[in-house]
Amino acid sequence: MTEIVLRGIQKWFGPVQVIKDLNLTIAPNEFIVMLGQSGCGKTTTLRAIAGLETIDEGDILIDGKPVQHLKCSDRDIAMVFQSFSLYPHMTVFENIAFPLRATRMGKADVDKAVREIARVLRITDLLDRRPSALSGGDMQRVAIGRALVRQPKAMLMDEPIGALDAKLREEMRAEIKRLHLKQGSTTIYVTHDQVEAMSLADRIVIMHEGVLQQVGSPEEVYSRPQNLFVAQFVGSPVMNVSPAAVRDDGGAVSVAVDATVPGFPFPRELLGHLNGHASGGALAMGIRPEGVLVSREARDGYVPVEVHLIEPLGSYDIVDLKVGEAMLRARTSAGFVPAAGERVHARIDPAQAHFFDTASGQSLGVRL
Amino acid sequence: MTTLTMTTLDPRSRAARRGMSDLAIRNLFIIPTIVFLIVFNIFPLLYSLGYSFTDFRASTNAPWNFVGLENYRTLLNDPFIWNNFAITAKYVIVSVTGQVLVGFGVAMLLNREIPFKGLITTLLLLPMMLSMAVVGLFWKLLYDPSFGIINYALGLGRFEWLSNPDVALYAVALTDIWMWSPFVMLLSLAGLSAVPKHLYEAAAIDRAGPLYTFFRITLPLVAPILMIAIIFRTMEAFKTFDLAYILTSQPTTEVISIRLYKMAFQEWQTGMSCALAYIMLVMVIAITNIYVKYLNKVKER
Repeated sequence: MTEIVLRGIQKWFGPVQVIKDLNLTIAPNEFIVMLGQSGCGKTTTLRAIAGLETIDEGDILIDGKPVQHLKCSDRDIAMVFQSFSLYPHMTVFENIAFPLRATRMGKADVDKAVREIARVLRITDLLDRRPSALSGGDMQRVAIGRALVRQPKAMLMDEPIGALDAKLREEMRAEIKRLHLKQGSTTIYVTHDQVEAMSLADRIVIMHEGVLQQVGSPEEVYSRPQNLFVAQFVGSPVMNVSPAAVRDDGGAVSVAVDATVPGFPFPRELLGHLNGHASGGALAMGIRPEGVLVSREARDGYVPVEVHLIEPLGSYDIVDLKVGEAMLRARTSAGFVPAAGERVHARIDPAQAHFFDTASGQSLGVRL
Repeated sequence: MTTLTMTTLDPRSRAARRGMSDLAIRNLFIIPTIVFLIVFNIFPLLYSLGYSFTDFRASTNAPWNFVGLENYRTLLNDPFIWNNFAITAKYVIVSVTGQVLVGFGVAMLLNREIPFKGLITTLLLLPMMLSMAVVGLFWKLLYDPSFGIINYALGLGRFEWLSNPDVALYAVALTDIWMWSPFVMLLSLAGLSAVPKHLYEAAAIDRAGPLYTFFRITLPLVAPILMIAIIFRTMEAFKTFDLAYILTSQPTTEVISIRLYKMAFQEWQTGMSCALAYIMLVMVIAITNIYVKYLNKVKER
């Protein structure tokens, strides 16, 4: 039941500013995922909350108390490191018991607490082993156990499953989610993997070059990206973004991604939403591959395009469509387009289109 | 086995034109070393084992007799020899403990970001580079009761460091500590810098205090390499001769190797001294083995 507030955090490494005026409020029991490329400041932010890194300006409040000047031991938070950081000379039991023994908890209580957490994490039969004899997944379970055992005010996780292989990563992801639902503590989780972020988070915090880009639920950041960075960072396959020109020939409105081909038809409200941004070349349209509809026969509102490349992904295909000189990636059912080089017809679902100001990168907030 | 893994000689090389085979080249390099080792190490070692069962005296031409285990029996029943061993044990304990405390302590101080760290480390290593005899000679001057700088600096007046029988052994140990703490420091420093930083971060997050972190994280992780330093220093201290011999001639500082020297080259009891040397050898091996056993246990994890 801990609220964490970051207020105006600034941090420099020498001349480089790694965190730029960060403001964020994390609600009690919330699972926050900080997402961004490496070097975007997400890990530094996490370490600053933990107390492993100092900040140059701003306040970090845990339950309303400013803690930026306290040592990590006085902040009562737990952390899971990417490298696990298990103590190699201790058994699993001793590793999990370490935070309890360090604060001089009684022997019987330590024993009870460790066995309880081992049961929850299903590692009871590993308690006598040393970390070197564990698999990556089990090491991670132990690291999580060590963090959870003393019921900290908040859990910080720094790419905790980044070092595991793909299958194990999926397993541990589910496990972490299960644990959070069960134990329910305020959690901040850092990752560069957007799939991990989407599947775990109550809210995702997207950072880029030290600047907070957007905070919102996974659904929100996916369907209403606030700027081009978020639009292209979240979602796989990546959103199509191309410079767009809005044509208004009196009756119909269309958006062209290439001057040589007819534009995709859009409803007339678009003009009102764009509010003058339609003129000039400073407009970019973003559309996720599932928003590009493909038809094999000519239909009303569909534009003829050429299939350039097909990536079969099993449950669906990603098809690269050549629209004049521009490329659009579309998502179709598996085997929908038989071969590259084929001519098909495509349309853009206006409800899924996003419009950005190319200069500022900001979304224009157009919802049709 | 060596010949099997050896690569063949390039037929165009000069050695090949001179007609040297791989085997010949190998022998050229290895045989001198082996000969040296046999003549100066292995032969005397075995020959002295033979002497240890005789009453041979190198100072006379009198014929020697085979006396079996008599020498060993005499030595092990001699209370004076046991007294020498007791002195040696005291010396080893004081000296090695001192070196570990000072060496490890200085290593802890140096194991952080400080200016001129490299220079300081190098300067601290200097005592180790000196010759034992030289160290002995100038510490004798430092300890001198009338003009020695130690008494002057500590304001001890005419305190007798080396001629006071109760203090002399500690004075020798102190010199040994001064000389060899840098060795322990060097190995400890290597061990300390090998402890991953993230373990300290994890311990800080786990709310461990500085003492708890030291005893539960730092010390156990440095233990194996510290153990190696202790093995080396114990062996060396056990065999100490030059420092003690040069600094003082008190009976209370007669460590076992001085007794051995006197027995062999002043009293010329060659057979008897060979037996004593073997007793020492067995003891050093036994002590070292205890450490090695412990080291292996530590290394298991």
